[in-house]
Formats: sequence, structure tokens, C-alpha cells
Amino acid sequence: MTVDSAAAREATTPEPEIGRSWHVFLPLLGYLAVGVAMVVYTQLAPLDSIERGSLNLPFLLRRTWEHIQLVFFSTVLVLLVALPLGVLLTRRGLRRATPYVLALVNVGQATPAVGLVVLLAVVFQIGFWTAVAALFAYSLLPTLRNTMVGLDQVDPRLTDAGRGIGMSAAGVLFKVELPMAAPVILSGVRTTLVLNVGTAGIAAFIGSGGLGDLITTGVSTQRNLILVTGCVLIAVLALIIDWLGGLAQRYLAPKGLS
Amino acid sequence: MADQPTSGVPIELRKVTKAFPGGGEPAVRELDLDIPAGEIVVLLGPSGCGKTTTMRMINRLIEPTSGDILIGGQNSRGIDPDRLRRHIGYVIQQAGLFPHMTVAANIAQVPKMLGWDKQRIAERVDELLELVGLEPGTYRDTYPRRLSGGQQQRVGVARALAADPPVLLMDEPFGALDPISRERLQDELLRLQDDLAKTIVFVTHDVDEALKIGDHIAVMQRPGHIVQYARPAEILTNPANDYVEQFLGAGSSMRLLRLTKVGDIELDQVLYASEDADAQELRADIERDGRGYALITDGMRRPLRWIGRDHLEGREGPVGATGDAITGTISHRMTLQDALEELLNADTDNVPVVGRRQAYAGSLSLATVQNAIAAIKARERERRLRRVEAQ
Repeated sequence: MTVDSAAAREATTPEPEIGRSWHVFLPLLGYLAVGVAMVVYTQLAPLDSIERGSLNLPFLLRRTWEHIQLVFFSTVLVLLVALPLGVLLTRRGLRRATPYVLALVNVGQATPAVGLVVLLAVVFQIGFWTAVAALFAYSLLPTLRNTMVGLDQVDPRLTDAGRGIGMSAAGVLFKVELPMAAPVILSGVRTTLVLNVGTAGIAAFIGSGGLGDLITTGVSTQRNLILVTGCVLIAVLALIIDWLGGLAQRYLAPKGLS
Repeated sequence: MADQPTSGVPIELRKVTKAFPGGGEPAVRELDLDIPAGEIVVLLGPSGCGKTTTMRMINRLIEPTSGDILIGGQNSRGIDPDRLRRHIGYVIQQAGLFPHMTVAANIAQVPKMLGWDKQRIAERVDELLELVGLEPGTYRDTYPRRLSGGQQQRVGVARALAADPPVLLMDEPFGALDPISRERLQDELLRLQDDLAKTIVFVTHDVDEALKIGDHIAVMQRPGHIVQYARPAEILTNPANDYVEQFLGAGSSMRLLRLTKVGDIELDQVLYASEDADAQELRADIERDGRGYALITDGMRRPLRWIGRDHLEGREGPVGATGDAITGTISHRMTLQDALEELLNADTDNVPVVGRRQAYAGSLSLATVQNAIAAIKARERERRLRRVEAQ
């Protein structure tokens, strides 16, 4: 009896409200402050004509927006491919294909990103979508692998219980396996996102824009301020997106798992 | 709402064989088994004997290689497996609850698949939680992680009963629980079964659990066949062969004590009389009875005192308050084992047994218990002989 009542008391204590407090937003404010400070400095500092060409506000905003677009489209592409592929490769019939697919995906990840971008530009053509394709190839692995690991580590007793009470195979996948794997999958997506923010800088090599353009310009014109601004803005963007990813992980993961 | 719970249907296994690909010997070999409606049938055996495989073939989580399984007279091969399973409750070790769903959502899974409306599901969830002894208000919206093992298993049973299936499959459901919760859940399963009368197939490797839970027990031996299929008392008194005897282990007479209720055996009918009875008349009765003592009860026939011939010597009128107060009673619902414990601790050789409303039902002594065991063994022997002759 005492065991029961103790557990009952425990069951009635409310779940701690995660993420409601303003502490969560502190890192974001910090990142934004650094980014804004960097931009404000470039607007106030005395600049020569080359620097003015790369550091005026509309230009900076355009490059940032391009960068975000590169990250967005490449990540969406990764999700569209990695999630279904990860599900397929963990089904009984296709499990045997797993090593081959992983080997192929590993090639994309292992090839130096610069080489990959240039190679694709040679094969296809210079432009935004070629850069997106290169980013996709480069950042597919974390999401794919985490999807597979996440699905594989679902307790087989739960899938058995699902089938045992009459769920169809698809029912078990959507109601049990994917929700249970969600935390691991989301952490893979977060890795993909951050990888993409960093790697998207390379898109500038094939004229696809993005904040990488500031870095290449800064190097070629020997203007350190342009170079540093590019680096700082990319870093700030990566941190903000990582922060958003953390938030998503926290809210999209099903309750009751911890 | 299901007002009257659906009671069990019979299950018949006809020459059921399961050979796993590349597995050599079949896991289950030409197994025949008749599971009567509304009974708990335990599949008992060591690991690897094919008991779980046999159970999983009933709801087609494993497809039989050959043979037929009839559920309520219907061949299970003709039913879509997912639909079949929605009408067969399924309980596994550690409950197998979905940790990302609340208790209510877990229980609601099958009714949802069957397309019940929300209102009906919510009512059913609360009804089931009460049935398994969990307060709906407290537990409905909690997650399984926050429940103890025993509570999780209660929810597991509630989930299995959700759509009121006629058949329940239970695969070592209490295997991971501590002995106290385990005993309690076994008792509650039996209590539930009294009302529900489902057909339950229960897999375990625990002999005591099988003897306690089962109406019939199928003792299985590797590879995948049944060595003995009989009622618990018969298995204890007449194990079919050395294997069964060995698997039961020592102490089958002690187990028989645990299996038998005091109310089921023949008690010593010691003379009794109320306090108003005439002392000399009672003395004469005691003389005639030959035991030399009697029991005094109150107006509701509840035992009060032992009384001997000497107590009544020269006493006129009603018996009154003479005699030695009894030191304890034994309930007719106690197992013989518990009763024996009481007897050994009692100050007197005889202890009165009380039935409903504490009314005197007879008296128990060590000799009574001994006779009862001998009688059970003789009865089982006779029953077996009769069956052998009939064949």
C-alpha cells in the first residue's frame, strides 16, 4: 500500500515546465548582440571604397538572406531524402542494402567540401542550386544516420506490443517508432543544419552568394575587416540556428520520455 | 459501452507446427491443444520449449508453418492478422506500454483503431482504470515512466481489455515484478477473471505461478511439444513422467497444500452449541459424541469457547460463560498451507474454521489436514485410472 501511495504522490506532482523561463532566450540575445555590434561597427568605422562596396547594409542583408536560403533549401532537401531513406533502410527487407547506401553517403561527407562544390560546378553549372546540391551531399549523413540509429534503438518489445495489439506496420512506424526515435532524429537534423551554415560559406566559390562572399572578397582584396565581418556573421548565424535547433528538439520530442 | 463483458471463446490448436527457417528442429511440433472457453490455460516450461512461440501463433505474430488454429470455431488463417489481433488482448513482460503516450492514450489505442468515438473511449478508459485498481483522476494523464512496475502492468492489463476481447494472451506478464507485487497482481487477475470469464492463455516458467493461476496447465518440453495437459492438482499428484516431476521440483505435497483451500476439504465436525444450551443436555451430547469436548458459539454461530465434559460437571441451566476462550480461527478461504501455519502456532490441537460472516463451519487439526491430502491424492489417482480405462 505504501508503495502505491508513494507512487501516486509522485504521479500527481506536476511535470517541471521546461523552457518557460526567460533563461532560454539568454544565448539568443548574446548571439544577436554580437552580430548587431559587428554590423554597427562596420557602419560607423571609416571605410575605403572597396570596403564600402562589401560592407554597406543592403549588401550585408542580401548576402545574409542568400546564406539563409542556401541553408534552408539544402536542409529541406536532406529531410526529404534522409527521413524516408532512413525508414526504408531499417525495414526488414532492405536492411541488407544499408552498408552500401551508407558507403555512398559517406563519400559525400568525406569529400572535402570545397572539392565537392567545384566538382559539381564543373559537372553541372555555376549557380544557387548547384551549391544547394553540394550542401545536400555534404550534410546528408548526420540526419540519415541518426534516423537509422534512432529507429534501430526503439525497444523491440514496443514494436512487438504495437503489432500485438493490432497496429499495422505503418501504424507502428508512425505511432511508435518515429515518435520514439524523434529525439535522436532531431539531433541529427540539428547537426545537418549547423554543418550547412558553415559549409554554405563555400558557395561563394561558384558564385552562389551567401556570406562566404565576404570571406573570399576579404582575402582577395586583403581587407581584413570584410573577412572578419564575414566570419563573425557566419558564426553568429550558425549559433542562432543551433539554438533554434535546440529549441525544436526540446518541443518536438514527445513528452514522457524522460 | 459494453454492459455485459464478452466472455471467452474456446481455442483449438490442430497439429500446429512452427519451423523457423534454418532452425533445424521445429520450435513447435504437431501440437494439439484444446483451450476451453473462459478458462486460464498456462503454458509452462523452461525457456526454449516453444511456449511463447505457441502463444504467438494464436494471434499470428508468428505464422504457423502448418496446422490450424481455431478461435471460437473460426480458423485464424481466414482473418486479417491486424484485425484478428484487435480482438485478442495482448499483455507482455514489463507491460510494453508506449512511454511517449499517457496512460489513457495507451489504453485507448485499440478502441481508436476500432473507430470508437471519443466520448465512448474516455468512459471506457476510466472504467478500465477502476477495474484494475488505479484511480482514474490520478493516473489517466500520467506517463508510464512515473508508474511502478506493478502499476505499469495494471495499465498493460487494462490496455489488453480495452475493446473487451474474448481472448487474452499473457506472456510472462508478472515476470519482472518483485514477489509482493507479483502475488498481488496474480490475486487480482484471478479476481478479474471471476467476473470476466475470458479465455486466457498464460505463458510462464514459474511453477508456483502456473499452479496458482491455471485452471489447466500444459507442461511443455523442448522441442515444442506438450508432455502433460491437466489440472494443477493432477499434475502435482500424478506427474506424467520424470521430466514433469523434475520440472515441478521437490515439495509437490507442500504445493498441494498451497493449492487447496480449507473450505474444499472435509472438516472435523466437532459438536457445537450456543451459550443458551442446557448444560446437562450438552454434557450428554458430548458423552455420546465421544470426543469429550464441544464448541460454544454465540447467537450468530461465531465460535467463542472450547468446552469439556469437566466444565459442565454438576452445572444446571444454560452453559453460560464456562470453557476456555478460543485463541484464533481459520478462514475457509485460507490455503491449507496457511492453515497449517496457524495450526502449528495454536495452543490447541483443534482450531475452529469459520465460513461466511465468521460462522462456524467445522474444525481443523493436523490429522484433518493429513487426511485431506491423502484423500486428494487418492481421488486424483482414481480419476486417472478411470481415464486410462476409458481410452
